[in-house]
Amino acid sequence: MEVKLLSEHYGDDNFKTLEGYKVKGGYEVLPKALKMKPEEIIAEVKASGLRGRGGAGFPTGVKWGFLPNNGETRYLLCNADEGEPCTFKDRMMMEKAPHQLIEGMIISAFAINSPKSYIYIRGEYTYAAKVVEKAIKEAYDAGYLGKNILGSGFDHDMDIYRGAGAYICGEETGMISSLEGKKGQPKLKPPFPAVQGYLKKPTIVNNVETLAAVKYIIRDGADSYKKHGTEKSAGTKLFSVAGDVNKPGNYEVPLGYPLLDLINNECGGIKEGRALKAAIPGGTSAPIITAEEIEKATLDYECLAEMGTMLGSGSIVVMDDTRCMVDMMKVISHFYHHESCGQCTPCREGTGWLHKLVSSVIDGTASVSDIDLLCEVANKMKGRTICALSDAAALPVLGIVPKFREEFEFFIKEGYSKVKGRANA
Amino acid sequence: MFELSTQGQEFVKKELQRYETVESAIIPSLYQVQKENDGWVSEEAIGYLSDFMGIPAARINEVFHFYTMFNKKPVGKYHVQVCCNVACAMAGTREMTKTFLDEYGVKEGEVTEDGRFTFTKVECLGACDKAPMMQINEDYHENLTPESARQLLKELK
Ligand SMILES: Cc1cc2nc3c(=O)[nH]c(=O)nc-3n(C[C@H](O)[C@H](O)[C@H](O)COP(=O)(O)O)c2cc1C
Ligand code: SF4
Ligand code: FES
Repeated sequence: MEVKLLSEHYGDDNFKTLEGYKVKGGYEVLPKALKMKPEEIIAEVKASGLRGRGGAGFPTGVKWGFLPNNGETRYLLCNADEGEPCTFKDRMMMEKAPHQLIEGMIISAFAINSPKSYIYIRGEYTYAAKVVEKAIKEAYDAGYLGKNILGSGFDHDMDIYRGAGAYICGEETGMISSLEGKKGQPKLKPPFPAVQGYLKKPTIVNNVETLAAVKYIIRDGADSYKKHGTEKSAGTKLFSVAGDVNKPGNYEVPLGYPLLDLINNECGGIKEGRALKAAIPGGTSAPIITAEEIEKATLDYECLAEMGTMLGSGSIVVMDDTRCMVDMMKVISHFYHHESCGQCTPCREGTGWLHKLVSSVIDGTASVSDIDLLCEVANKMKGRTICALSDAAALPVLGIVPKFREEFEFFIKEGYSKVKGRANA
Repeated sequence: MFELSTQGQEFVKKELQRYETVESAIIPSLYQVQKENDGWVSEEAIGYLSDFMGIPAARINEVFHFYTMFNKKPVGKYHVQVCCNVACAMAGTREMTKTFLDEYGVKEGEVTEDGRFTFTKVECLGACDKAPMMQINEDYHENLTPESARQLLKELK
């Protein structure tokens, strides 16, 4: 069953305007928050168990607690780069509910005592950027942004910044470099952004969905928020579902919800009554799981980690029995090769090798030993680079190849896909 | 000689003031140049921007070359970017792109003879629930069929 906190009013076209938002209780949490002590808000967010919705799942309140108390200006950056393939939840929120994000951000900024925030929006999202920019203006005009917000004495400025096409700018240090007007190349951590981020100042980077959730945690209280989800995976989460289902789209369910229920109930089952074969549970960086595994999978951080995959950004691609796994891997590998920023040798070379090897399976120039080579290359890419893109490219390979090895072998031996009707695209 | 319109110049001046550092104005200014230069950014335009912004050309080039949305060579009046990432590939966009290229007799990234189109395969555009999809200039076109896509292109003059 869907539980709608963040997406409750997505169906209301007026919700994106200040007026429409206020009709539904918009900006009623902000005055309450501004009367709290910043530490109380941080404590509430910690107690809620909220974990980052951008991919890594780091506890939000804990991250905020890393800010040094050295009197330096602090920045809040909202990560709206949404580059993880098949994720479209942040775009939808910006387009349908921009004020909910803005209210969540002002509360978060107040909690961490930040005078300035940016929403870094991926370049392709022109329409979302327009909607958000307009909403920010409305919020300024209504006195929710700017000097002495609602008479609280708290000042906060907010602006957007548009990216220009680079997945790597979704990585927080890459995003900071990009915002500073440089190439969006990640930097070695530590120092973490909370200590040294934008302009070398303490900076909190959070995903769109994370910051919007803060509003609901303060509105309902941590205890109430925690009632949704499981003990270690608290709250609701937006899942972007695409692929071979009857009703693809964004669905908000409590964490811990069975994946198969999401596919069969909310998404209306597999298209044309075909059989479920596999699913990518958390963006293409997350290793694929088979139909058998899907039956046991619940959508929370722990269960998916135990299965050797991850919740990631919460995007799910469902595949039916007509899908060729060799072909799917080629598409995925192409992406990471294209998006590697090239700073680290294992990533730059490794992503190229993966794409070349899987292409050679399809071209008919590979031999069976290349299957092991694929895994070997992937293994060497893990854990030795500046950012996690290299791992993100390696992990799907290490999932798909062992699980569907016979499809790779068949392709190499026969020269065509084991899955009937799939040509070498 | 490339030169920004008066309005474009005002825009860049504002952007130079907008952020904590002037370099942050490079991306928005490149967007402006691209908009005023038929969808791409020439070397000459970078030189102009460098003078206008007071930022070394090498510094602007660094940014320019890093991001895929800045076009390094001329593009057609309609830049057709077909998403070929997982969900769209599953919905047949690779085959669809191939038919476009065959039909218009160009390779990926080239401009059609009449100057109307450039076709590019791109990564996920975040509209996967409406696959297959493509972006033409700034607009998303979703839930395509091979026929609807062909028709759409035909209507673009
Ligand atoms: C290659 C790469 C790409 C990423 N892309 C995104 C992204 O598009 N959006 C996002 O919110 N986080 C992305 N992240 C995660 C961010 O680095 C960061 O952890 C996140 O924005 C923190 O916010 P959260 O704690 O609220 O999730 C990416 C990480 C990596 C390594
Ligand atoms: S791991 Fe890859 S994307 Fe990340 S910094 Fe290194 S080369 Fe760049
Ligand atoms: S895969 Fe095409 S929009 Fe996401």
